[in-house]
Amino acid sequence: MFKGDFIQNLPKIYGTYTGGFVVFIILMAIAEQAGVSAKNIGVMFVAFTVLIYALIGYLSRTIQVDAYYVAGRQVPTVFNGMATAADWMSGASFVALAGGVYYGGYTYMAFLVGWTGGYVLVATLMAPYLRKFGCYTVPDFIGTRYGGNLVRACSVFVLFIASFTYVTAQINATGTIASRALGIPFEAGVWVGLISILICSMLGGMRAVTWTQVAQYIVLIVAYLIPVFWISSKVGGGVFPHLMLGDEVARLGELEQQFGLVKNSAADMKAAGVPGGLKYISGTHSGVPEGGMAVWKYLSLAICMMVGTASLPHILMRYFTTPSVRAARKSVAWSLFFIFLLYSSAPMLATLSKLALMDPNLPTGIIGKSISEVQSIEWVQRWSEVKQVFIADFNGDGILQLNEWFMRGDVVVLATPEVAGLPFVISGLVFAGGMAAAMSTADGLVLAISNALSHDIYFKIIDPKADTRKRLLVARVLLVIIGAAGAYIASFRLTSILGSVAWAFDFAMSGLFFPLVLGVWWKRATREGAIAGIVTGILSGLFYLLWVYPKFSVPIFGGVNEPFLGIDHLRFGLIGAPICLVVMVVVSLMTKEPSPTTQKMVDDLRIPTGKPILGKQ
Amino acid sequence: MSNKDAYWNKTKNHMIVTLVLWAFFSLVIFMFGSELNTMSFLGYPLAYYMTAQGSLLAFVIILFWTANKQEKIDEEHGFSEREDD
Repeated sequence: MFKGDFIQNLPKIYGTYTGGFVVFIILMAIAEQAGVSAKNIGVMFVAFTVLIYALIGYLSRTIQVDAYYVAGRQVPTVFNGMATAADWMSGASFVALAGGVYYGGYTYMAFLVGWTGGYVLVATLMAPYLRKFGCYTVPDFIGTRYGGNLVRACSVFVLFIASFTYVTAQINATGTIASRALGIPFEAGVWVGLISILICSMLGGMRAVTWTQVAQYIVLIVAYLIPVFWISSKVGGGVFPHLMLGDEVARLGELEQQFGLVKNSAADMKAAGVPGGLKYISGTHSGVPEGGMAVWKYLSLAICMMVGTASLPHILMRYFTTPSVRAARKSVAWSLFFIFLLYSSAPMLATLSKLALMDPNLPTGIIGKSISEVQSIEWVQRWSEVKQVFIADFNGDGILQLNEWFMRGDVVVLATPEVAGLPFVISGLVFAGGMAAAMSTADGLVLAISNALSHDIYFKIIDPKADTRKRLLVARVLLVIIGAAGAYIASFRLTSILGSVAWAFDFAMSGLFFPLVLGVWWKRATREGAIAGIVTGILSGLFYLLWVYPKFSVPIFGGVNEPFLGIDHLRFGLIGAPICLVVMVVVSLMTKEPSPTTQKMVDDLRIPTGKPILGKQ
Repeated sequence: MSNKDAYWNKTKNHMIVTLVLWAFFSLVIFMFGSELNTMSFLGYPLAYYMTAQGSLLAFVIILFWTANKQEKIDEEHGFSEREDD
């Protein structure tokens, strides 16, 4: 059969693919020299890569349930690691992470620790056991372990809230990048993004998503690392920035002293007409804020992101696709390794970008120069036009101060290559990388939602007698509907209202973390306990969010509420998850212990060998 | 104690050790961020280094270590899967 060959030939296939991509980059560089416009290079980068993904998606089409839901459970360890890394690293990670570090410094980097440390929880508490269980979806595990349609439906509900919050942000990012790279309006960009996402996932389900995600990982990591290394050697940061930027970080500390970290008043900024979403540097780059509250803010954010990571269904379901339990464990390690390559580079990019703009000894430095001189720089003009950068001369001295330079966080990734004077081909590459990152995450999320609805709601609850053809048809129809709903909402640009992707983590942790962990680690956990825990966890989390987030609390509660113990809207999982745990334990102990069959099932899922609990379904 | 129980006890202890290491690198060291930042590593302030790179790297190493260790526990108790990955 072709497929056995395909798996064996993976290194060769993706090796050739990577080589082909590098050749494409070189061709684009030659085209740039030959006078092809920057805009056309951007278009070609995005179009070429998206076409490749679509081709992979088409070639991976399937009519088998096992292949559609879990890629036939034959994705090798390292490739599953790459696919998970692409699934994980969203458009936001790609374009906004370095910007977050640029402005937020040490405090923001709690996200970096949170978004990586969570994988230790995934590997120790969840992935190997869920793999042994042999489920198709995360609610499939909860529904079978605790038994019953109600608990299954409750977990689908949590999955839906968490993943849908996340997916609109991803489709939004796909639309933004598509519109910038192709020069089309945002609304059209969203639909172009959606079609690209659906082509990759519709025909082949998890199998198609897996193989496109591997291809997307390769594009996104190349697109992130080449600029970092190149910029580093260009601004004198050394050939290996990760180990060699100590002096640069210290230098930034000196420059902060020299220019002074000034806080602008809201009134001044409003009067100067600073566009929304643009920020200026007002905190230190490497300094640690003093005080117990600052420590708690850091730790609480890290905890929410870590526990949330270990509860997000689109990540957990990637480990259902490995050939064995031990492969699932190793695969988590490889996933984090591939994620580490990008995450550890983001702070380096932020450092280099900051230095390039701030250091007056560098030709790229702009702070401390005359404003008229800065305004005549080509990249400043280009990014000012689209309101991504802004200059406000507050003190009227005609010199650009640190607090007078405003920039959107995304610009750190998107414009630093231009700032450092790299050829445009690199910027085109960055566009392709951002597109790959946003598409791969959106694919995983849309599939997680539609699989849960088609498998757990349709097949398990509504029509258990449905044949394969009908099940896959329903799965595909739902995929299109979910994607279209996400794109429709994204096209209203409600993201400022819908809030942060951090919410997805908090929702998932509120309703899913403890039911998943206790399902494996505590035999006494009962169906009633799980139902009560899921419902109270997600509802208390949701209620707290409405109470604490000003955009909701003002219309609902008629005022702004002070966060309880510093738990703000980014951290509401710290309310939901403990409530879920307590309720689940108390109710479980009050109800009759699970049947011997269920206890036997838990015993079986704890050992790697033997048959999976659920076979082919 | 049956082989299964012995296996599960070892697995549980291994899980606890892994989570202690995890908590050290993700939480404990950042309780002392400002103190650590007065020290330096590779020329970076230490707390800055850990949150930007050090802890992330520690997690990667912990994950490979813990997977290998668990495979050994599997083998000891005869629960090792066939070579199929």
